[in-house]
Amino acid sequence: MTDIVLNIDGKEVTAAAGATVLDAARQAGIHIPTLCHFEKLEAYGGCRLCMVESESRGKTSYVVSCLYPVENGLVVRTRSAKVDKIRRLIIEELMAHAPEAPELVALAREYGADKDRFEKEPIYCILCGLCERYCAEVKQKNAIGFVGNGPEREISFVPEIAAKECNDCKECFPLCPTSYLQAAFVLVESLTFAPAAAEPVAAQG
Amino acid sequence: MSEQKIDGIIEKYRGKPGALIHALTEIQHELHWLPREVMEKVAEALEVPFSLVRQIVSFYKTFSLTPKGRHEVHVCTGMTCHLRGAAKLMAKVAEITGLKPGETDTDSRFTLERGSCLGSCSIGPELIVDGKHYGRMTPDKVEDVLKRYE
Ligand code: SF4
Ligand code: FES
Repeated sequence: MTDIVLNIDGKEVTAAAGATVLDAARQAGIHIPTLCHFEKLEAYGGCRLCMVESESRGKTSYVVSCLYPVENGLVVRTRSAKVDKIRRLIIEELMAHAPEAPELVALAREYGADKDRFEKEPIYCILCGLCERYCAEVKQKNAIGFVGNGPEREISFVPEIAAKECNDCKECFPLCPTSYLQAAFVLVESLTFAPAAAEPVAAQG
Repeated sequence: MSEQKIDGIIEKYRGKPGALIHALTEIQHELHWLPREVMEKVAEALEVPFSLVRQIVSFYKTFSLTPKGRHEVHVCTGMTCHLRGAAKLMAKVAEITGLKPGETDTDSRFTLERGSCLGSCSIGPELIVDGKHYGRMTPDKVEDVLKRYE
């Protein structure tokens, strides 16, 4: 397949057809911030933080770089006043949910986001779906999934599967940008099945 | 009897993950809710993860995780119906059924829901029972309509 040549931040970048703008940028060592992207998983396009400015045939638009395929002659700007403004808003909205998440705190510093801009609704999950998709795509266990819709949407373990699979895995924990996932796990564990660590303690007592 | 019917629906879609919403809709129609065991059966037969079945069921308002009444009563509270007196109609329906929107009575006869613009503004205010539309409904006509549903 023929390679595609595009321009990212003034730099000529070559990428394979079918690659995304994010792939191309990373290959060229250009950083675009992401929250819901993980190399081992299908692109998701959930957080919108990777939004960049793109110019194609004289038309400027704002596209999600983790989904947008490269095309010949595409001009991409990974930072601009408007891109920064979009990212700042996304960060501020997410911080209403998870004000102390380290990744968000770092991003807020970089983009000048105000963590108190929106009234707090600390649910700690930013719905990036990393845990759910990792469990489904990589582990193929489907021990965790979303329930509800709109403002009620949340992550929830399937207790029967979690009791069997999670203790020996927990590979999704480090992926979570907040501490919500671990909290949700501890909750389902204490409500629906005996935590593995609890047994020796019980035997002693 | 009803269980056979449910199994029949599930069998019809066995091995067809793409038919998940169809299967759930038919079962919801039959049982007026989706018990967990049924969701598990659906997951297994259609070869989709249980977590996905749960996600779909909790996402769409059509589906219910708790038992609903035999008859679903919707009072449209969209803008047009509102201007045409939906609030009074709702109050009357609530009085007759003893329910608030979202509730089901102990005999499982009615579930009352609010609808937001059900698409028939020209005949508002509108009452819908089990999918049947009653236009230009008024508080004094509504009792007769509800009486038809046992
Ligand atoms: S629990 Fe964590 S990893 Fe899972 S969706 Fe929420 S923020 Fe993302
Ligand atoms: S990284 Fe692209 S939308 Fe989240």
